[in-house]
Amino acid sequence: MATLKSIHACRDRFAQFAIYTAAFMVCAAFVWILSDLVLGGAAHLSWDFLVDSPRDAGRAGGIGPILVSTGLVLMVALMAALPLGWTTAVLLAEYISADSSFGYAVRYSLHVLACVPSIVFGLFGNAFFSIYLDMGFSILSGGLTLACMLLPILISTADAGLRAVPDTYRLSAAALGMSRTTTLFRLLLPAASPSLAAGLLLGTGRAVAETAALLFTSGYVDRMPGSLLDSGRTLSIHIFDLSMNIPGGDARAHASALVLITALLLLNVAAMRLAAGWQRRRITE
Amino acid sequence: MLWLLRGAAGIAASVVLLILLFLAVESWPALRQISAERFLADPSWNPGEGMYNLAPMLSGTLYAAGGALLLATPLGIASALFIAFYAPPHGASIYQHLVELLAGIPSVVYGFWGLTTLVPLINQLHPPGASLLAGILVLTLMILPTVALTAHAALLAVPADYLRGAAALGMSRWGMIQGIVLPSAKMGIVAGIILAAGRAIGETMAVLMVTGNVVQHAASLFNPIRTLAANIALEMPYAMGDHRAALFVSGLVLMLFVMALLGLAAWLGPNRDA
Repeated sequence: MATLKSIHACRDRFAQFAIYTAAFMVCAAFVWILSDLVLGGAAHLSWDFLVDSPRDAGRAGGIGPILVSTGLVLMVALMAALPLGWTTAVLLAEYISADSSFGYAVRYSLHVLACVPSIVFGLFGNAFFSIYLDMGFSILSGGLTLACMLLPILISTADAGLRAVPDTYRLSAAALGMSRTTTLFRLLLPAASPSLAAGLLLGTGRAVAETAALLFTSGYVDRMPGSLLDSGRTLSIHIFDLSMNIPGGDARAHASALVLITALLLLNVAAMRLAAGWQRRRITE
Repeated sequence: MLWLLRGAAGIAASVVLLILLFLAVESWPALRQISAERFLADPSWNPGEGMYNLAPMLSGTLYAAGGALLLATPLGIASALFIAFYAPPHGASIYQHLVELLAGIPSVVYGFWGLTTLVPLINQLHPPGASLLAGILVLTLMILPTVALTAHAALLAVPADYLRGAAALGMSRWGMIQGIVLPSAKMGIVAGIILAAGRAIGETMAVLMVTGNVVQHAASLFNPIRTLAANIALEMPYAMGDHRAALFVSGLVLMLFVMALLGLAAWLGPNRDA
């Protein structure tokens, strides 16, 4: 009996050791990546770097036009995906029951969409937006491709947010004789706004991080875009191009990666704060 | 109002169908002219001379994804157990946020880090550095958050009564985890691993940047490989005609792989919020 107990205690300690080691390794990898990027990138980072045009294929100069292109691609993607995504979420959460066949079909197809590899989105965007709809390599076709990618995350966060609004809201609104549309705009959407905002931030992060889907839709051109039909190079493609295709581009790639990762960390932390603050409020209510 | 909503939902739902349709239409010329077994039996991948052997790319994709799963599964489950049972409350929340941030790092940054840090290290160990091993390590970091976060969700879904029962029986912590928690969370954890496999198979940029992109069957961990997704990204800019169609075929293959994995995960696990 005593030996059995000591065997168990031994096994327990070993498991604990293994799990702490695994957690430590994950933390170490995170710190390693982050410190590499910060140490390598900080030296080249300056205000001039953020606003200048790239020169000598990106080996010198800055990333000004690239930030503009990134912003434009993001804007196109959000302007296309937000109305579509949020209206779909309203339909799924408020207007049809979860087990209706239409709702089930929509949910299932969004679930598949969420798992489509980004390179496949790139192929699709190239075939559909760039060639079939004749938009060419442009910010517009890149943004619309990204919009397709963002739909699942925008819809699932908004859907979850609306479902989390207590039913008493809907019942009291009905008792006061409010129409469903008024209830939606005056009561339900404001109540769900933190999760809408969190979804927006997460989607923005996903869009800014994306590379493979933009390679053959928005293209490589690093000039300042003149219109939405111009090709524009996003920050992530700039990092890829500098590190893979341009010998001696590593220093600028490091600095660009630092800019990208800083923006993404800020977006993610903001989304987490929103979600956390929202949960706390729900508990105290 | 309702028809507007239905219209929007219909558009959102039809994006997947549109993707499948366009992949099929664009790969049709290749599927019609090149018989299916030639994609596996041609002497080499040399689209300029009409040879379309995808087998080395398939093996590269499967080796890289399989290796990454072998490493990420134990690390991810250990991470989930750490958050749920081992870490002090404050530490658990910090660690969970760290894993979520790891999930938010873009693949091009993983690739860049792998290219500038991992590849030179592996090169010292065994040249050339850009290799299957580098791909596996980078992919491990990328899919670990998926495994950890879905496994954590599955652990949270274990009924608290089970845990109280175990505590009342005086079971040790590991005895409880091994005997009660893991068996009852098994389906959810496996579903998460399958989702991670889908992500590993479809991952492009990071793998493209660190694996060396030589079309060959890897004989060892230190051989360079090329994956299906990397092949598409590399050759798409200049591909024409049948070559382009062959790349769409590989895109279609990727898509079908991922859909099959998704179907498997949905069949296994009840909670699919990943």
